[in-house]
Amino acid sequence: MAGFHIVVCGGMVPDPLQSLEPVVGPDGPALKNEAMLPMVLDPWAAHSLYEAAHLAAHAPGSKVWLVSLGPKARLQQLMMSIAQKVSFELVALDGAAGGFSDAYEIARALAEAIEGIPDLDRTRLLLFGGCASAARDAGVTMSMVAERLGLTEQFLGVDMLETDGDRLRIKERVEGGRYRISECDAPPAMLAWATGTLPIPPNNPQLGMQNMRSIMPALARAKSIPLGSGDVAFGAVERPVQRRETRVVKDMPPEDIAREIVAWMREG
Amino acid sequence: MSTVETERTPAYLTTLPGDDVRQIMWRFADRYDLQMLVQSSRTVARGPVARVVAEGGRNTHEWSAAKQSLLQAYDDAGLTTLSVEPEYGGFITGPKNMAMALAAFELAWVDGGAATSSLATHLALAPIHEKGTAEQCSKYMGGCVPPRPGENRPHLRGAFALTEPIPFAGVQTRSLAGKVRVEAWNEGEEPLLRVEKRGRFITNMDFANFVTAAVDSDDERIKGSCMVILEEGDPGTFDRGAATRKLVHQLSSTRDPIFNMVVPASRIIGGYTIQDGVIVPNVDHNEVIRAVFRRTRVTVGLMTAAKLVSAIEPVIRYHRNRFRGGPSETPGSPRYELGLQQKEDVLHRLIEVWATGEASASLGFATARFFDDFDPLDHRREEIFETHEIPEGRAGLRALNQVIPQAVEFVELSGRPAAVRDGARYEELAGDELIEFLVGDALANVLCPACKLWNTGHGATMMREAVSLMGGYGITEDCPGFLGQKWMDAQLEATYEGPEAVQRRQLSLTMTNEIFLAQFGQWILELRRIAGRRPGTGACTLASAMELWLWTIRRLQKAKDADGKALYGDKRQGVTFPLADALCWLLASRFQILDVLELEEKTAGSEGEEATEAMQGLVHFFSDLAHTQAARAAGEVDRICTDLLYGYNRHPHWDSEYAFPRGDLESLETVMPGIAACSERDAIDEDGSHAPKAGPCVRFAGMETFQALRAKLGGCGTGSGLAKDRAAHALANVMIPEAQDYPA
Repeated sequence: MAGFHIVVCGGMVPDPLQSLEPVVGPDGPALKNEAMLPMVLDPWAAHSLYEAAHLAAHAPGSKVWLVSLGPKARLQQLMMSIAQKVSFELVALDGAAGGFSDAYEIARALAEAIEGIPDLDRTRLLLFGGCASAARDAGVTMSMVAERLGLTEQFLGVDMLETDGDRLRIKERVEGGRYRISECDAPPAMLAWATGTLPIPPNNPQLGMQNMRSIMPALARAKSIPLGSGDVAFGAVERPVQRRETRVVKDMPPEDIAREIVAWMREG
Repeated sequence: MSTVETERTPAYLTTLPGDDVRQIMWRFADRYDLQMLVQSSRTVARGPVARVVAEGGRNTHEWSAAKQSLLQAYDDAGLTTLSVEPEYGGFITGPKNMAMALAAFELAWVDGGAATSSLATHLALAPIHEKGTAEQCSKYMGGCVPPRPGENRPHLRGAFALTEPIPFAGVQTRSLAGKVRVEAWNEGEEPLLRVEKRGRFITNMDFANFVTAAVDSDDERIKGSCMVILEEGDPGTFDRGAATRKLVHQLSSTRDPIFNMVVPASRIIGGYTIQDGVIVPNVDHNEVIRAVFRRTRVTVGLMTAAKLVSAIEPVIRYHRNRFRGGPSETPGSPRYELGLQQKEDVLHRLIEVWATGEASASLGFATARFFDDFDPLDHRREEIFETHEIPEGRAGLRALNQVIPQAVEFVELSGRPAAVRDGARYEELAGDELIEFLVGDALANVLCPACKLWNTGHGATMMREAVSLMGGYGITEDCPGFLGQKWMDAQLEATYEGPEAVQRRQLSLTMTNEIFLAQFGQWILELRRIAGRRPGTGACTLASAMELWLWTIRRLQKAKDADGKALYGDKRQGVTFPLADALCWLLASRFQILDVLELEEKTAGSEGEEATEAMQGLVHFFSDLAHTQAARAAGEVDRICTDLLYGYNRHPHWDSEYAFPRGDLESLETVMPGIAACSERDAIDEDGSHAPKAGPCVRFAGMETFQALRAKLGGCGTGSGLAKDRAAHALANVMIPEAQDYPA
């Protein structure tokens, strides 16, 4: 077994704790104060990165690349925490990351970047990413990247991957709160991850220093990707309506709390 | 054709400053190791540490399983190896003052005890790091690195045992009660030492398996004092003692241990020699302490700074949401959207808290950076002195005094533009390492105590202000941001590693160093230049306040009180201590202004129009914050200097020479027209009556310059209120996260 060549596609999104306010800027829709918002690695993509690193650690000869599209300066900030978690080589693309870019354009840029990775063995390729992004939630980007790369084995909403040599056993979410388990003889394949099963790895500064040796040059040579909303017109953007109905209750069983919340949501 | 120009509102604060901003202001944008350290520390602080605090982990003096679990979190995040050199398993090359400062800042953002706990191991290692032998460094620094999977060795965790007086036992902190004697010394073998030490308030004592302890010789066969390393397995008593019933920093372990152990002489930190049958430690305990505290006190100062800056977001959120959820508050109404932020007072008070936090962070990080720069030279002190044939003791001090004029000359030349200074002379002085060392040493001796004193002392006061802004919520365990706990924690930070009086005393000695005063003079000129090209930062106000302070200290150094006693001296703490406080205000404000300028300079070319505008907005806001702080500092300096210069003169009485009999005045009027009018209110009538006041008015001979400087300073505050208004207004508009990023 020669291991896997795992390419993870992972973008950045605003920290979910931030209040996001859509505005219309000179280049189309954007987020208010987007340039100053703290960013995190897209949560679903982050899970796929941790799964990739775990798989690589247990499959000798494997290697992990992280292909990430976002404003270069913000990517650099993001790498200060991501680089400490797992070992990978960065392929950076310099472009917008506000959540208003079209999935097709992003997929094209990612696929081209992956095609340009030297030493990537496409026969050993496992393409990883999030099943959707926290910014746009389009849920189609990974499939588009896979199609462009000619990967026909595609799995969406993956929560678990087991390997036996080259053989892949994949557990993916399907409708109705159920799982489907598939088997795939060998790579290449695309796995768009849901949450996976692994915890967030602790930070390891030594690993971070090691990763930074390749990350900084990668950021320096990041290709600029012009992304716009293209022909897509956004009629309106608005924040979800918030409702707040506070009630102080003591000693209520969790089942009753859950029942009440569900009833409240159905009312809404 | 006429054109209409639309006035564009200048960019201002839109969001709270992020990491990219802080990296520039605090000068670690090019240090990826430090940026990663910040992320690691933050993950631990806002994750495991915050959860332990939120779950009530602070509510016991005992070392609990929850507190113990944090040690693993520090290990996993790499914080334990922060002070360890790369050859022993660490990951940061070179001096580590800035690294320690950043880690402490991030941890104390959530809990000061966590910061202390994490950093106490570094404190234990510091004597070994600074003065230890190669073998000691290898064993203990390497041993403190967490074992890797499969590595079978004990993980060393240390404690630093200096503090020892038991309350009311009549023991002074400057003398050591811990003793060391020769236990056995067989021919041809290494001596064995018996060490007796009772520690008090010793951090990490619940789990430390080695201790670096300060002891004094109790045996004529051992010379002076030293620090020794005690290990848990050494023969004798290693009693961890009772848990300290402290009200603060409960996430750090603190006990009063008792040691009575036998250790080989090789445990003397820095090693020893045998001279005429006497064990002579290579380094006495004072040298070790000086080297250690000089650096670690800065870290403590930054812990309080973090508390202040961390309070901003929770207070804004509390004020905005104060009335939401009420029956009559509808979205869109000012009361619903702004809550308490409709009131100017809360905005102004929060701006003062924020300005203090920024100034203390600026002072702290500038000092940490300074020590990173100065460390290599400082570690070569003995070599430099030897090269320049500077002897030990008083003769050495006399020799150094001979060099001070050259050091002052160098400082003055450094402040002049290259085009106008004597280049050859400058180069000659710049190439002299002894001069370089003396200049650095003079600054170190002021910056370190100033940072510790002002950041923690004034920081604790301002933390109370932050708590008060949360109303009754502030003193509950439910207060977001743990502000009540932080307020109390700040009080300990003002006390440990040398309480405020110790810092003031050190400053009262070091701030009169001529080299420092020369540097201070150059800083005034620098601030004037800054004010010329960048008005609105408060630089001019600050320069005027610095002139007033400099004039005052020069005057006080020569002045006597009404009883003829010298005003500036070791025992006149009523004079020297307030003057030291005033200096700290000035230093903090200066570094705050410099940080704003750094941000402005480095973000001028930010990528993208939006990013540039956002950064410019932050620069404008921070400028106003700095201006506000400069005005506040100027006010403090004005008050202190005025009190000191006038307060020690005796007010004239009606029977003194300053009172004139009215008849004499009338006679004088014939030869000095106008004198009667001038002195009318100081005249005494024949029946002894006089104007209703305490006595003749005070004369101000020799104080004209001071009065002019003071009058000028008052005017220099012009605009500071407007700056504060602008900054306060921004607080009502700044975008903050929907929720705090750590539990409360």
